[in-house]
Amino acid sequence: MDSGGADAARILSEIKGLKATKSDIEAKISALEAQLKDLNCRNDAVSSNGSCPLATSLDSGLGHGLSPEMIHRYSRQLLLPSFGVQAQSNLLKSSILVVGAGGLGSPALLYLAACGVGRLGIVDNDEVELNNMHRQIIHTEAYIGRLKVESAAAACRAINSTVQIVEHKEALRTSNALEILSKYDVVVDATDNAPGRYMISDCCVVLGKPLVSGAALGLEGQLSVYNYNGGPCYRCLFPTPPPTTACQRCSDSGVLGVVPGIIGCLQALEAIKIASAVGEPLVGRMLLFDALSGRIRIVKIRGRSLHCEVCGENATFTRQQFQEFDYEKFTQSPLSASAPPKLNLLSGDSRISSKDYNERLKNGEVHILVDVRPEHHFRIVSLPNSLNIPLSTLEKRLAEISSALREAEGQRDASLYVICRRGNDSQRAVNYLHDIGFTSAKDIIGGLESWARDVDPSFPTY
Amino acid sequence: MDAVEGESKYYSTQGMPKKEEGSSVGIKVLFFARARDLTGLSDVRLEVPFGSTASDCLKELAVRFPGLEEIRQCIVLALNEEYASESTVIKENDELAIIPPISGG
Repeated sequence: MDSGGADAARILSEIKGLKATKSDIEAKISALEAQLKDLNCRNDAVSSNGSCPLATSLDSGLGHGLSPEMIHRYSRQLLLPSFGVQAQSNLLKSSILVVGAGGLGSPALLYLAACGVGRLGIVDNDEVELNNMHRQIIHTEAYIGRLKVESAAAACRAINSTVQIVEHKEALRTSNALEILSKYDVVVDATDNAPGRYMISDCCVVLGKPLVSGAALGLEGQLSVYNYNGGPCYRCLFPTPPPTTACQRCSDSGVLGVVPGIIGCLQALEAIKIASAVGEPLVGRMLLFDALSGRIRIVKIRGRSLHCEVCGENATFTRQQFQEFDYEKFTQSPLSASAPPKLNLLSGDSRISSKDYNERLKNGEVHILVDVRPEHHFRIVSLPNSLNIPLSTLEKRLAEISSALREAEGQRDASLYVICRRGNDSQRAVNYLHDIGFTSAKDIIGGLESWARDVDPSFPTY
Repeated sequence: MDAVEGESKYYSTQGMPKKEEGSSVGIKVLFFARARDLTGLSDVRLEVPFGSTASDCLKELAVRFPGLEEIRQCIVLALNEEYASESTVIKENDELAIIPPISGG
């Protein structure tokens, strides 16, 4: 049995190594292909706007700038009477920037690459993680731990090697946003946080770029086109940012993978319509997608606000003001949406590390462990013998803690520990417990995440 | 792409008694995103006095669902899927949508 296990481990490690090599080679091939294309492009040296596909096809003599290969590749779009050669030609000359290669950006990028945008930019500085895979369908397992931009660029090149893919391997900030966005005709906001949405919208106003904005959380999605054809900007609609409690993250609230997928596809559609100048863009309207009830509603939203601080009649929001604006302070939340900031509500003697807690557990200390996560989190995974009392119900369920303590006590005083996922709610709970007389309550620092990191690496994290 | 739905039970005005001044009007309120979490509902019937505005409806909702205060400053309102300012007067069987922004992705 042992040798069988060792064999399996050896094979697994060999597979892992080969997969890594394979994805390296694939990335190298696609980078070389892009390089070759650039080279050919420069040699042709007839490009009028930096868009290579047009340059190579000007000599086709067909009057619309599409090469025979392009005609074949995009034939199903050319056959559409309301799209046709003119729209395709517009698309091939256009450039679109997608900010965020996550749940929204994945399908948006795949379709934009496939449909024949001239130049496609990707901005992101995150790495691919296992818990992204259910929704960020542009990435493959081989890219886990590597930059999303590299992964997304390779996937786009694999679909359509004739599109120029530009990799921006950096977080979008006020310091680089003007420079990056100014190089594109259309901007797609596929980010996952509130400050990013205000920053991108403001930047689009300053630069006069149309913005295709999509968002998804849980089982709902929203979509609108801002700052285009006299329509409103994001700030016209939401001049006051939502409080941090209302800014939920996919990493806290969850999201069904296909929901951002649908919104991302619709973002690609709106971007294609704008870039190719067909149809009626979703300006002054907001699409609301409700996955659970299977409903899509489109509501009319307000027009441009004359009093908008950024795009209003008397607004003087300059490039410099943009660069100096503190979007994280404005929205009270960080530009990266990975994890919430760590609270520090309690004094040191009211807290205990997960390692210390483990020691006390091994020494057989009599205690009660209260897990204050929501019930559906508790059902995913929990520590043995913990009592689930969600923070929101703590006030009503104090009697359960009292009776558990009484039961455990016997002759000695039983200790009371509180745990949650990351160590913030447990501090709020301990704070409350202290206030109402459970003075011995202690918070386990860093929650179950620290337990998984420092005590039991096999404990699942989510 | 404007999607239509078949909630005829909420929309049918036939057979509804004609409302007189001084009586109340009944509307349907739709909650989206965070408003759904805070109320625990996706929609609710609301009775408000005749002549009430969208703003009055919001006040009434804040009484029934105090949690909504959290997003009071950052919502978009739509009345019967059209843009509505808070001073818009509500009519019988109107549908008022409360739409806070989503930022995830």
